[in-house]
Amino acid sequence: MKLSSIVESISLEVKTGKNNLQNDVTGVYISDLLSDVMANSKEGNIWITLQTHLNIVAVAGLKNLSGIIIVGNRQIQQDVLQKAESEKITVMSTPLPAFEVAGKLYQLLNG
Amino acid sequence: MDETIEGSFQIIGGNFANAGEASMQLKSKLVELGIDEAIIRRAAIATFEAEMNVIIYAAAGRLQYYITPHEVTIKIDDMGPGIENIELAMQEGYSTAPDWVREMGWGAGMGLPNMKKNSDEFKIDSVVGEGTTVKMIIHFS
Amino acid sequence: MTLKDVAEILEADVIADADDLNITIKNACSADMMSAVLYYHTPDSLLITGLTQPHVIRTAEIAGIKSIVFVLDKKPGDDIIALARQKKIPILCTRFCMYTASGKLYAAGLPGCLFK
Repeated sequence: MKLSSIVESISLEVKTGKNNLQNDVTGVYISDLLSDVMANSKEGNIWITLQTHLNIVAVAGLKNLSGIIIVGNRQIQQDVLQKAESEKITVMSTPLPAFEVAGKLYQLLNG
Repeated sequence: MDETIEGSFQIIGGNFANAGEASMQLKSKLVELGIDEAIIRRAAIATFEAEMNVIIYAAAGRLQYYITPHEVTIKIDDMGPGIENIELAMQEGYSTAPDWVREMGWGAGMGLPNMKKNSDEFKIDSVVGEGTTVKMIIHFS
Repeated sequence: MTLKDVAEILEADVIADADDLNITIKNACSADMMSAVLYYHTPDSLLITGLTQPHVIRTAEIAGIKSIVFVLDKKPGDDIIALARQKKIPILCTRFCMYTASGKLYAAGLPGCLFK
């Protein structure tokens, strides 16, 4: 499934990397622990987290993730968005909590 | 209940094993007094976040609580690095926690906002190089 | 949904305080950051997490979480199991990741925790 379909179906706000929306999403990984994401996420995964630390951009880049969904209406600091934009990482935002984003994506991708 | 009930705890920086002990004791005192469950939860959450801040950032600290018939006051003094910019520290998502703390599930930049959100009165003072004092009051009605 | 339903859906092992699997779970919260668990309104919730640390149990007790699911076959240490027993918080272990565990429970009708 393309990132753009996911953005549309669960009404995500795209904060950065708007040019990558045609990328394919290979699956979904949820974690707030960066070492966990480094160890267990797969290339092309979309990453759901409430972590907004600057290092999320590096993790997404290193693992070639298709995008980051920041949940729970978390504020994202400007430096994080700037870094994501310059590294061409798609950062999206939603007011929904991680459990519900996962639930909706699971129905969309596996249902 | 006529008198003030008091309690005091020493908190040692870096001691994650005992994290939450002060909050748990305050919680059981409030349960004994028959305080409303939702109010107890607010007090416990605010106290727990305060305890975690001392454990994460400071060398040591002291937590005291005072319960009167109308409210509970929680006061935390620490011997920590102090907070340079309190306004920034109060912003949700802002954190100076090191990576290892984030890997332990803390340092999301929600601690101070959480303490404020759960208190009726919230006051924070800090001197860089000396420490931080937080005072929280939660009313029973 | 009861904890028994949760255990069946997640094909989970119940490893602490298995006495009462009939307790009701009203909603779920998937997170590794403990302040998020404290920030969201989570009484009667199920916490789905990949973090196996004793302070997860303490956070659960303070936030009023009813039960904890550890994902990806992460086995909590004896200290965590002992603390969970003492606090009467049942622990489940599932081989599923946080995404799949959340997806399966959501599909079975469990809502997310309220947050405000």
